[in-house]
Amino acid sequence: MAQPEGLLYSKEHEWVKIDGDNATVGITDYAQDSLGDIVYVELPKIGRQVVQFASVGVVESVKAVSDLFTPVGGEVTEVNAGLENDPALVNREPFEGGWLFKVKLSGDAQTSGLLSAADYESFTKES
Amino acid sequence: MSTPVSDHTATPLIFESGQDGRANRYFERGKSLDQFLPREALRAELPIPDNSEMDVVRHFTRLSQRTFGIDVGFYPLGSCTMKYNPRVNDAMANLPGLRDLHPYTPDDQAQGALRIMWELERSLCSLFGMAAFSLNPSAGAHAELAALLIAKAYFKGRGETKRDKVIVPDTAHGTNPASAAMCGFKVISLKSDKRGRVSVDEVKKVLGDDTAVVMMTNPNTLGLFEDHVHEITRAVHEAGGLCYYDGANANALMGNARPGDMGFDLMHLNLHKTFTIPHGGGGAGSGPLGVAKHLVDFLPTPYVRKKNDSFVLDFDMPKSIGPMRSFWSNFAHIVRALAYVYANGAEGLTKVSQLAVLNANYMRVKIREFLETPYDEICRHEFVASAQELKKETGVRALDIAKALLDRGYMAPTIYFPLIVPECLMIEPTETESKETLDAFVDALRDIVETAKREPEKILAAPVTTVVGRLDETRAAREPDLRWRPTS
Repeated sequence: MAQPEGLLYSKEHEWVKIDGDNATVGITDYAQDSLGDIVYVELPKIGRQVVQFASVGVVESVKAVSDLFTPVGGEVTEVNAGLENDPALVNREPFEGGWLFKVKLSGDAQTSGLLSAADYESFTKES
Repeated sequence: MSTPVSDHTATPLIFESGQDGRANRYFERGKSLDQFLPREALRAELPIPDNSEMDVVRHFTRLSQRTFGIDVGFYPLGSCTMKYNPRVNDAMANLPGLRDLHPYTPDDQAQGALRIMWELERSLCSLFGMAAFSLNPSAGAHAELAALLIAKAYFKGRGETKRDKVIVPDTAHGTNPASAAMCGFKVISLKSDKRGRVSVDEVKKVLGDDTAVVMMTNPNTLGLFEDHVHEITRAVHEAGGLCYYDGANANALMGNARPGDMGFDLMHLNLHKTFTIPHGGGGAGSGPLGVAKHLVDFLPTPYVRKKNDSFVLDFDMPKSIGPMRSFWSNFAHIVRALAYVYANGAEGLTKVSQLAVLNANYMRVKIREFLETPYDEICRHEFVASAQELKKETGVRALDIAKALLDRGYMAPTIYFPLIVPECLMIEPTETESKETLDAFVDALRDIVETAKREPEKILAAPVTTVVGRLDETRAAREPDLRWRPTS
């Protein structure tokens, strides 16, 4: 499974795309494939302050309910409203239209503990 | 699939068949309803189906033929113990003196019924090493809730109100954390080790003066015996906590090992699993809750006691958490379970679990020839196989194997549980199946795996012989259509 370059990855299988102070978060292709057909996504409220690696929501598939963790800390500025009616978008386009929420980064060192595309690729092969 | 149904079209709802005036009428029309009821209580538009008696009989017979159950075929649903339900149990539960007994019958006129409850309770205590059982809860999760309410009352009585954490291993049944959360506890999930067991060190790391209960299943949901259970329960007790035994897997050790001896303070049994009561489809269950000596006073009311030579329902238990449900639980199930206990005796029940373990290991060793079996060691009453490699090779997943088994006349095993095994199939044959049945199922599974390697599209299209084919699971979860509504 190809991992897009230019993104950072968490060991909980989220990806984050950082653009200045702003970050976009989603789950990886590996994660959506393991979960199977996604039926509900519960996202954090806009304006909520989230701490890196904290549980901020829930992803429910036909197989299981899984916690959603945020790979970065800061304030939630936007959520993907399209997922309410079409959560399967996460299955179809995990790295594009299926993004989950956006965060305005707080402070420094918000990317510590995250993996590069290559490191994440080998991490998924070990587990 | 070997169902006797000849056509493969969907059966119309009873509301969608028939015609006005078709129902057979055996009696003369009486007075019209408006002579009995006020006008505003009459509903002109209520569409009551109007079918002939024969069409009604055919309708429900056909539906019953399309239902898959243990009476139709092999049902290897892991963690659910779908064993044969002996008919003698039903014969006992249908004895008119028991069947027609009113729940408000005074104790002195219901001595036989109370004695049945008392004898079953005594049997369970001796089989599982507990001081007392409440027959009150109606299911396993109901008993879990009762147990956690007891733990709460127990700690409150001791002034230990800080204890608000329940520790649950990742091999637990989903009901454990759900019951704990429902009862207001904080849930701590515990990762199992490489051997699929709960490690003593990991438990010790999270134990403290805020620990209320540690909930364990033994054997766990991987079908493996928790071999450090003594050290774990000792450590929990040293930290001042209580240990709960989830008895969903009691069919693996009944008569051979007792949760009471392992150090558990609370436990439940599923009479509808281990004690041959028909279940599935959300029907009535029975989940007796067992406790050690120091928790007896907290049991739900009423509790059957023997006083001199007679039996009474005791409601006067000041420390009790109160009744968990109406009346005296699902009494017919208590009769069925006691019939099963007496039909087998202690020796027979011991053999039941030994044969359940033997059957599971026989299948595990045959199935590992063509599917991965992670944690490959002697299992108890069930084991897990994984389609992870097959999925990489062919694209065929555990879900597709499950669907293909339906085409071959079997109920599918539990899939995607426990969550720690990817593409998991959890297989529990039970003791009541013959070697021929086990062999035939293994052959069917082998055929599916071989077909997947040759022609994966065939398996991906399954099921093709059932009344309906592959369902849209996402839509079923998001837009369930479960209720008929009148159209006009």
